[in-house]
Amino acid sequence: MKTQNQRAWIFVLPVLLLVAFNALIPLMTVINYSVQETFGNNQFFWAGLRWFEDILRSERFHAALGRQVLFTITILLIEIPLGVIIALSMPRQGIGVSLCLVLMALPLLIPWNVVGAMWNIFTLPQIGLLGWVMNSLLGISYNMTVSPVAAWITIIVMDVWHWTSLVVLLAYAGLISIPEAYYQAARIDGASNWAVFRYIQLPKMKKVLTIAILLRFMDSFNIYTEPFVLTGGGPGNSTTLLSIDLVKVALGQFDLGPAAAMSLIYFVITLAVSWLFYTLMAKDEQ
Amino acid sequence: MARVTLDNISHSYHANPSRDADYVLKNINLSWIDGGAYALLGPSGCGKSTLLNIVSGLLIPTKGQVRFDENDVTRFPPEQRNIAQVFQFPVIYDTLTVFDNLAFPLRNLGLPENSILKRVTEIATMLELESDLSRRSASLAADKKQKISMGRGLVREDVNIIMFDEPLTVIDPELKWKLRSKLKELHQEIKVTMVYVTHDQTEALTFADQVVVMQDGEVIQVGKPEDLFERPLHTFVGHFIGSPGMNILPCDVKDNIALFFGYKLQLEGPILKSTGHCEIGIRPEFIRFGTEGIPAIVQRASDIGQHTLVQTVVNNITVNVIIKGPPPDPGAEVQLCFDPAKTRLYIDRRIATERLQ
Repeated sequence: MKTQNQRAWIFVLPVLLLVAFNALIPLMTVINYSVQETFGNNQFFWAGLRWFEDILRSERFHAALGRQVLFTITILLIEIPLGVIIALSMPRQGIGVSLCLVLMALPLLIPWNVVGAMWNIFTLPQIGLLGWVMNSLLGISYNMTVSPVAAWITIIVMDVWHWTSLVVLLAYAGLISIPEAYYQAARIDGASNWAVFRYIQLPKMKKVLTIAILLRFMDSFNIYTEPFVLTGGGPGNSTTLLSIDLVKVALGQFDLGPAAAMSLIYFVITLAVSWLFYTLMAKDEQ
Repeated sequence: MARVTLDNISHSYHANPSRDADYVLKNINLSWIDGGAYALLGPSGCGKSTLLNIVSGLLIPTKGQVRFDENDVTRFPPEQRNIAQVFQFPVIYDTLTVFDNLAFPLRNLGLPENSILKRVTEIATMLELESDLSRRSASLAADKKQKISMGRGLVREDVNIIMFDEPLTVIDPELKWKLRSKLKELHQEIKVTMVYVTHDQTEALTFADQVVVMQDGEVIQVGKPEDLFERPLHTFVGHFIGSPGMNILPCDVKDNIALFFGYKLQLEGPILKSTGHCEIGIRPEFIRFGTEGIPAIVQRASDIGQHTLVQTVVNNITVNVIIKGPPPDPGAEVQLCFDPAKTRLYIDRRIATERLQ
């Protein structure tokens, strides 16, 4: 019987290899770099936990982390309620359903760097539609390569435009799974629209919203492509989020050790927050 | 509390119904007195749930009028009708406690908390839910959840009518009769008009004082359970109620005499008309084996509790007979005697004999 048990490994092997090459080995490499120093020539010196101490004390890291947290909280506060509101106002039957679903799916289908490029052109002060309307038509000074506030507003609006659909689709899936009898019973019980939302729709959407919040947290916390293409982290460092800063350290300055330590800290934060969040939601479920 | 009148109700789910077949309800006229217990009985798709939704206001009928006492409520939304409805699957507000679930309709009315507390406690005691009041309702079993939906219906004072739409579908068999007798008990206690929709004859016949039998959007017969069993006005009722249902046998009428394969049959009374498709209806309970009757051959016998169901054939037509005592062997020749007082003639499926008092 033992030989039969061993045979299972053959089936698991491809996945193991795949995971090893795309996750485990790179992660081990990063851990390896994070405790060493290199000056090129493939020479490495033991550095212990020095990089971790440096990073955790570094003001630059604190600033990037602060920006990252601000960005993530802002987009969650906008995208989750907005997504729920849009899902609630979408039609439940008829031809409008497919139309809405296709419209909603469109932003999700666009490659991330294209999203960045689109918004880059869209906001150009002279020729971009938005930039031109704001500056020339409305007379509002708007140039995200100069003003940090404009840059922030732009990346937030871009992320909302890009990702609210995901929340909408998930919330909508939750909504249409509610049997008609619930709405009928609520009408008979004389429930107001708010009570229907609060005691029927929201509880039934809770599971999908948990997933939506989790996905949006992880994705926005790791966001790189779109702000990189749109602002490149500027003006100054004003939109340098964690991942942009990390790439600057790793590839711009080629400081492999600090960059590795930073990635690990970054990874642990994402993991810890996701875990904490999920545990709290799962506990509430019982 | 009110008398509920359905006046010439027709309903179609088509926007512009043109043919008879477009209607799921056809000319329904019913009247439910205050405090009665009624059942709507019929096979799936006969329109009974549609009728229920018209009474509760979830649907507005294409034609006709719904009246509570003398008030026309046809176009009133459910919340203005002061009615309650219990659905096939328990509808509860998952995140709320049992207490808050029961209090929900009262809070929507904006009643003060102390009177809510009093009323909810009262209803919970009636439904034997007192010990669960502080529990979260999502954690309860299906039968308790269904009790909560019932409770939400009962909790408002002066509810005009409570409707049950096949409420025992998801309940385990052994709890079914418990909940059913609870319902009956509640009805006696609070005397609210209750309408119970079901396709299960046992549920309908045990619950209701008056049963409305429906088929294809029409009311076929309204009557007390024993009337429906004793003297069905339509072959459908005879066939649908009883297990097995009434024997519906082919026959000819000549000179006001019904003939079953040439054998003269004595009927309950005189024949009212004689043109149309004629059938004889007699329940298996009212046939016995005798010495001077219609010859038949026993096919098989099965034990149905206290009685025995014997399937016999007369010229390839199956006739069910329910007897007490040991059954004859398969293949045996027997003589069937029909009880004249229970033998009825149906023409074009409707009863065509008059009962002699």
